[in-house]
Amino acid sequence: MNSNIWVLMTGDSVAIATTLVLAALGALFTERSGVLNLGVEGILLSSAVSSFLAADASGSIWLGLAVGCLVGAALAGIHGALSVVFRANQIVAGLALVIFGTGLANFLGKPVEGKPVTTTIKPLSFGALSDMPLLGPVVFGHDVVTYLALVLAVASSIYLFRTRPGLELRATGDDPATVDAQGLSVASIRIRYTLFGGVLIGLGGSWLMLAQSAAWHQAATTNGLGWIALALVVFAGWRPVRIVFGAVLFGFTLQLPFTLQAEQITVIPSAVMQMLPYLATLVAMIALSRPGSRNLLGAPRALGQPFVRDER
Amino acid sequence: MRKAHKRVLALAAVAAMGLAACGGDSASTEDTTAPEETAVEETGADYGNLKVAVVYIGVPDDKGWTYQHEQGILQLESELGIEVKRVENVPEGDEAEATMEALAAEGYNLMFATSFGYGTPMARVAAKHPEGCFQWATGAKFLLTSEMGGEFATFDDIPANLGTYFGAAEEARYLSGIAAGKASASGKIGYVAAFPIPEVIRGINAFTLGAQSVNPDATVQVSWTKTWFDPTVEKEAAESLLDAGVDVLAQHQDTTAAGLAADARGAKWVGYNSDVSEAAPNAWLTAPTWNWGPFYVQTAKAVAGGTCPNEEYYGSMADGMVTLGSFGSSVDADTQALIAEKQAAIIDGSFAPFDGPVSDQDGKEVVAAGSRPELLDLLGMSYFVKGVIGSPQG
Repeated sequence: MNSNIWVLMTGDSVAIATTLVLAALGALFTERSGVLNLGVEGILLSSAVSSFLAADASGSIWLGLAVGCLVGAALAGIHGALSVVFRANQIVAGLALVIFGTGLANFLGKPVEGKPVTTTIKPLSFGALSDMPLLGPVVFGHDVVTYLALVLAVASSIYLFRTRPGLELRATGDDPATVDAQGLSVASIRIRYTLFGGVLIGLGGSWLMLAQSAAWHQAATTNGLGWIALALVVFAGWRPVRIVFGAVLFGFTLQLPFTLQAEQITVIPSAVMQMLPYLATLVAMIALSRPGSRNLLGAPRALGQPFVRDER
Repeated sequence: MRKAHKRVLALAAVAAMGLAACGGDSASTEDTTAPEETAVEETGADYGNLKVAVVYIGVPDDKGWTYQHEQGILQLESELGIEVKRVENVPEGDEAEATMEALAAEGYNLMFATSFGYGTPMARVAAKHPEGCFQWATGAKFLLTSEMGGEFATFDDIPANLGTYFGAAEEARYLSGIAAGKASASGKIGYVAAFPIPEVIRGINAFTLGAQSVNPDATVQVSWTKTWFDPTVEKEAAESLLDAGVDVLAQHQDTTAAGLAADARGAKWVGYNSDVSEAAPNAWLTAPTWNWGPFYVQTAKAVAGGTCPNEEYYGSMADGMVTLGSFGSSVDADTQALIAEKQAAIIDGSFAPFDGPVSDQDGKEVVAAGSRPELLDLLGMSYFVKGVIGSPQG
């Protein structure tokens, strides 16, 4: 059973899903606080190349991951400053961050464009567990960051819906005036979660680089995963555990064109297959940009709106 | 995608070129260039008047296409005792032209450009600097004519100080197929393929015929990524093939993604471009590789001697432009001896990868027993041979 292509492919999908889970969780925390950060793709690219440079220079994957997280936080910090402190239009600020992050990645990565990754994250070994039917390839045989992403998703769910800080976070995204009236600082909460979101997105970008990619290549490394992650948050209705299932599903569709080729299934042209995840993303982005449909999907009610106390 | 576009055009152009006017030019350069090397060497030329520059599409660290060119340039530097100016990561188009123009203005009188998209900019600069000598890798001069959408009215208007160079990788592909055929216990081999164009198809076919020469029932399952350099997508394609049960992977793209995927699953791997066994030592079997050094050295010597070679150079294993990488530890001595024997036959001309009989996927004979296809047939190849699983249309 473990040699069945579909079982093995599901295992591959779980691995591909790691970046999506981390980036989508990062976006989720940011959005739950009421800040819409569309710059995920730019943060992923910048953190990917920084983690590559750090890991390549030091030979340590941990340093690579740490630097990637820091760069993620730094870029998210720019977005936080623009949208919370300066109350800029968050959609414009987010798009600017995509352009800035891509440019920064291109600049930092230019000297190492095309260079292979030599310091890589290896899958953990589970011995006999890896031979279990179905569960072996799907559940076991991933690396530590993949498991961390899954644990984080569950922990995030508990944090959001079962703890007081989680309640405060949700309240900040839904009704910042009430949080403000309670004596809490909306700006501080939003900045904190935007930064934390940046760390998670940065971790996702670093993992993509150090575990999934064979070489640094600016034009191909993220392949639009940042946009897919944003769509995933919408499809998951801003709920962490649903993100995991959505991410595996997206991972599945990213892998599917090649599996169909390998299985000689040619009913659907592979070009159409490769388009599907992005088509779904497009639909989600349209929904996200329209306040009406956004509320219907369960978005935080104050998402994207700067908080100004005087206006209340 | 720009690279895809250009290679498709290149092959179309190479094929068309031969059909049209200058078949003689492009096909028979092997014979004419070899003696030149020794002739110039004997003069004990002083290379003080030679200023060489190379324009790279990537970085010398890529362990692939540009890395191989860098090795050739290093050989040129050490043999001639000169220093070569390198410009890395030069985008094709206007930036390339500005770069080459600046180099020519600085007095560089021999310039190599390592990507197809450098053709038009290089030809423009060559026309402005008749004192320099310009060499365009993977190029095809016919493409520069107005008939093909280029800037020169006829083939004769193309600057006489422009040459092109490329080679017959299919010979090394066949030999690497032998190693793969021997290594595959299941007889199921996978091929992470780039774009469905003749160059790639020819490589897959030659590889398959090599594998079948030692493992008659071997199949080669093809997965198209439609990329030249996308480590993530290529890894996904490689994993799908491994999921489907192949135990050896070959590839065409410029990354080591397929090798890393094979290594992680305990499968074997045939690389391409460079000898990068250290990327995945356990998986490594061998790889068709390029050796640009001798061409660079002989061209530089010719230019120092006062001639600018301007032919369309098509190298091979015989002249050493196409080579086979080192063998991995799992390739046993018998297999290595067999490959050496075939290589000798290829070099002395008694054997070529597509010697008939060859049948296509449907079993239809495409090369009759005892016959050898013309170079132009190879350059336009659009069918898969028997045993390849997949569609040559992508």
